[in-house]
Amino acid sequence: MKALRFLRRSFEHGVHPAHHKQQTADLPIQRVPFGKHYVMPLGQHIGVPAKAVVAAGERVQRGQLIAKPGGFVSTGLHSPVTGTVKEIGDFRGVDGRFAPAIAIEADAFATQQIDASAAMDWQSLSLEEFIEAVQMAGIVGMGGAAFPAHVKLSVPDGIKIRHLLINGAECEPYLTTDHRLMLERPEALLEGAEIMRQKLGAEETVIGIESNKPDAIEIVRKHIQPGQPVRVVPLKVKYPQGAEKMMVKTVFNKEIPAGQLPRDVGVNVNNVGTIVAIADYFLRGMPLIERVVTVAGPGVTYPANLIVPLGTPVRDVVKFCGGLKSGTREIIMGGPMMGRPIASLDVPILKGCSGVLVFTEKQTSRRKEYPCISCGRCLEACPYFLNPSRLARLSKSRMFDEMKAYNVFDCVECGCCTFACPSNIPIVQLIRTAKDDLTHRKEPDA
Amino acid sequence: MKKRDPDLLLFHAPLLRQGMTTPKAMRDVLYALAPATAASLWFFGISAVLILSTCIAGAVLAEWLFASEDARGESLRDASGILTGLLLGLTLPPGLPLWMAFLGGFVSIALGKVIWGGLGHNLFNPALLGRAFLLATFPIAMTTWVPAVGDSGFFSIYSGNLALPFMQAPIDGMTAATPLGMLKFDQEVTPLANLMFGKTGGSLGETSGLLLLLGGVYLWIKRDLDWRIPTSILITVMVFSAVLGLFDAARFPTPLFSVFSGGLLLGAIYMATDPVTSPVTPRGAWIFGIGVGVLVILIRVFGGLPEGVMYAILLMNAATPLIDRYTQPRVFGRGTESK
Repeated sequence: MKALRFLRRSFEHGVHPAHHKQQTADLPIQRVPFGKHYVMPLGQHIGVPAKAVVAAGERVQRGQLIAKPGGFVSTGLHSPVTGTVKEIGDFRGVDGRFAPAIAIEADAFATQQIDASAAMDWQSLSLEEFIEAVQMAGIVGMGGAAFPAHVKLSVPDGIKIRHLLINGAECEPYLTTDHRLMLERPEALLEGAEIMRQKLGAEETVIGIESNKPDAIEIVRKHIQPGQPVRVVPLKVKYPQGAEKMMVKTVFNKEIPAGQLPRDVGVNVNNVGTIVAIADYFLRGMPLIERVVTVAGPGVTYPANLIVPLGTPVRDVVKFCGGLKSGTREIIMGGPMMGRPIASLDVPILKGCSGVLVFTEKQTSRRKEYPCISCGRCLEACPYFLNPSRLARLSKSRMFDEMKAYNVFDCVECGCCTFACPSNIPIVQLIRTAKDDLTHRKEPDA
Repeated sequence: MKKRDPDLLLFHAPLLRQGMTTPKAMRDVLYALAPATAASLWFFGISAVLILSTCIAGAVLAEWLFASEDARGESLRDASGILTGLLLGLTLPPGLPLWMAFLGGFVSIALGKVIWGGLGHNLFNPALLGRAFLLATFPIAMTTWVPAVGDSGFFSIYSGNLALPFMQAPIDGMTAATPLGMLKFDQEVTPLANLMFGKTGGSLGETSGLLLLLGGVYLWIKRDLDWRIPTSILITVMVFSAVLGLFDAARFPTPLFSVFSGGLLLGAIYMATDPVTSPVTPRGAWIFGIGVGVLVILIRVFGGLPEGVMYAILLMNAATPLIDRYTQPRVFGRGTESK
């Protein structure tokens, strides 16, 4: 039985959305021309916001540190352009709330060159220095969560990381950023992988790629140096294959206990984009100031894969892609399964933003909601084996505390349940409501 | 001039859907029942048409009458009322007075569904609840079986069908016992081929075992049914019958006879699998199915009635919330705790 499971190369449950990647999968990555206005929110990663180290009116160079980490779970922030700091104040973020950010106006005639001599002799760095360098470089998980990469590198005593797992699943429909990166920059990926593997002291690197990207699998395999301990593992096409716990299950057949992390089973998981960012910093001296973004969906005139400087307003990105088609109804940052809708085109591209997806009527029409008929499709979809139907019912009755007994906090909000629900019940939204209430509720004063 | 930005909606992800909807699932069950329904027309002629349509009419009327004004169209469109009426009709004897069939359809929805809070909230399978009501209220009419129309043709109506309300139902000149009745009361075994193709007495939709299985396969392919429930019911019934056969092969039914006789296939494939009234958890589905299977044989062999599928399913319906509670799936990354 175990041998069979190994052949299947997948976690259990999950769903199969149409992947819609043909729109951009064959389009080479292009660079967006520099614009004028940039907004860099100080809290664009999970954890403590960064602290600004520049003042309004100050001149900044592209790649210059403009905010330092505000704590351990926090990263540095660098200017995406050469220009002038206009303002440090509150700006509208992706979630619609105002949050502190640094607004920069780019110089119209700057060359926007990066000083490549800043490359580091990474081999001579101690692990602590390396971790600090990653933190200062502002490198975060680029798959969407934006979790600071250096935190994953600092492993407590007694835990030995044996495998570096690179996540090239890209299981979210529409997105093709990791796919294009693997095709166009396989050397950088493998360089970054080698840096990470050596610093972690891991035995091998495993690159997991969903088997709907055979070209990426082939190219990455071709670039592996003889003797380099790297394995490319094709994964079954299934959502959410790229969720790190699911991927560890798929590749190593290890179930990470609830509340623990991949490192507890000796694995370090990083996204393709993150690994390329590591290579770009240590070998080319470029901190995280730009990223690859897929602009796609039925509402965009010319879909594209773009290198976008961080802080670029979505407006500029969309404009470069020929603008929005009439009938545009919603714009999602990230993927269509877990991304977030944005209310304004002035929201900036952030470190964790892998896609700008423009949707029209078909995906956003209000769907008639039917009562739950307990068909069990959500149970069969949930990769965590939760009971979403029960959780949704409890949430509707506002019985949030009862939901804890049904492990509501194990939910990673992948959306499989909502995708599968024939009654169009917004299950994952109901679960989010409950989690939010349980986390932020203030007990009434006695 | 600056072009105005489009007004953006903020629907939360996931924006994509599988494309399956509850009304579609209901309609799939209707399609799956089409062959067995057609067979009932073939065997029992115009009477089948009349019984099935009055059941559906009764069910839909109740649905319409008790729905709030703005939900009226919707509750009819989701096809669940039609499905309940059809399922009830298929479990009724072909010679039943039509007014009873109508009442049964009405009660199915009124007491089986609406009173609980509508679709998704009922504890018992509505069609079976309606049938239980009819059996308790009109025991004679509900156990009087007539033979297939045969040579007399499609348009010959069983005289019982036209009995007036609350007057003694005229007992049809000709009656035909069901295979289970013949076994129980006359120790007479019906050949298996007759059971499979429907050449027996019985309720409208239960006689043709193979067509019912065909519909089940369709539902399984469309992923509209939890395969664990019919599988566990049928296996339990066969194993239980085989074990009994070891003691006294002459007295107890053979495994295949048990499966193809009476309403077992109709019940196991189309009624026990009603998602609303069966467990939602995979382990619960197995327990539910085994429970139904055991109860069916217990009632058939040791009880006073020849047939027990209806009560077996209704009893397990009652146990469903409890089963669900104790069979929560093991959460990923959480030892072997059950909850």
